[in-house]
Amino acid sequence: MDSALPTALRALGLGLSNLGVGEAFMLLVGCLLLYLGIRHRFEPLLLLPIGFGALLVNIPMAGLMEEDGVLRYFYETGILTEIFPILIFIGIGAMIDFQPLLENPKIILLGAAGQCGIFLTLLLALALGFTQLEAVAIGIIGACDGPTAIYVTSKYAPHLLAAVSVAAYSYMSLVPLLQPGIMRLLTTSKERKIVMGAVRRPISRTTKIVFPIAVTLTASLIAPMGTPLIGMVMLGNLMKESGVVERLKNSSENEITNIVTLLLGLSIGATMQAKNFLRWETLMILCLGLIAIILDTAAGVLLGKLMSFLSRGKINPLIGAAGISAFPMSARVVQMEGQRYNRKSHLLMHAMSANVGGQIGSIIAAAIMLSLIQGLGT
Amino acid sequence: MATSVTAPMVGKILKLEKQVGDTVQEDEVVLVMEAMKMEIFVSAPVSGTIKNILVEPGQSVQADDLLAEIE
Repeated sequence: MDSALPTALRALGLGLSNLGVGEAFMLLVGCLLLYLGIRHRFEPLLLLPIGFGALLVNIPMAGLMEEDGVLRYFYETGILTEIFPILIFIGIGAMIDFQPLLENPKIILLGAAGQCGIFLTLLLALALGFTQLEAVAIGIIGACDGPTAIYVTSKYAPHLLAAVSVAAYSYMSLVPLLQPGIMRLLTTSKERKIVMGAVRRPISRTTKIVFPIAVTLTASLIAPMGTPLIGMVMLGNLMKESGVVERLKNSSENEITNIVTLLLGLSIGATMQAKNFLRWETLMILCLGLIAIILDTAAGVLLGKLMSFLSRGKINPLIGAAGISAFPMSARVVQMEGQRYNRKSHLLMHAMSANVGGQIGSIIAAAIMLSLIQGLGT
Repeated sequence: MATSVTAPMVGKILKLEKQVGDTVQEDEVVLVMEAMKMEIFVSAPVSGTIKNILVEPGQSVQADDLLAEIE
């Protein structure tokens, strides 16, 4: 009885006495993510739950990611099964407006160019010794589209999920810092000043309804492995455009997306345990992700230059930078850069077309990669 | 001969920076619009005097709608 009390008291400090350097470092990383989300509003909807999840799993002896740990349940039922990202895609579909793209269909080419970084980074990752499946997951950071990156990674390289999603979401918020320099470097002052007229072409309701169905059928028949992704986005979009299931559309874009975003963020944070995250691979993935986004921007702007040349100076190549799918950040960056060089230039809506093209582009790029992997039999 | 100031894109008028009778320089902001949750600064295509303003804050406009005239 005499010795029971001190032993019991010692148990109270167990967390502190088991805190290693790695865990302590990851607690700081968690705090950094919280700081970026709260103070700088970098994707707060994700960085806040991710950051807090990272805090929780790095507390020694708490066991949230051990067998029977509560976050482990979230992770296994939501991420390993791909249910969370899939549900998010329905919400994205319900929010996305394809109007700018339908008004100006040739701009979708810029959305395709904005995906070049994915494939180039994939090759780079292979050269650095990552396995095929890992390289695919790393390349997909270049899609600049969080849910797509999470979906592909959870399917093929779940052990890299934390690094890939942290890279995808932090670079998405850094787009306004990363892109302008590349845009300036690759264009001439004359090109940057090109004024594009206002976009105005009425799109019929029928077109908007047929579009998601047609894209689903064509894209899925070409790259069947991407059907869950494309199918869910287009289902959400069809619910929005048809106008007949307002209740389902509202739940998809609000309640379902909000609940899943919370659980998804928390589960990703939960994968950031010191023993999994503090590796050289993580650092390499962060670097490769950065390269992917720089290459995407460069490819988009270069195709923009070509289109500008072919259209005899009617297209401002700056809008090519919006071909990555960071929506709507990169379209805003293009508008601001255009204004900086010519007060009469308003590129926002043209950039939005490229941006929406980029969103479709990244999903299709992911679908193609998934189908190729299946074809390789790995 | 009056020069038209037109809406560069679909959106909403946020605030007027100039009033009828004000003089403006080329590229000076005449009014601010909102589109895609972003402030869009609509500037004067030429220098002159504002002859007419046809919109007020809160009003929705389509691309190419006439917003103001400068003489």
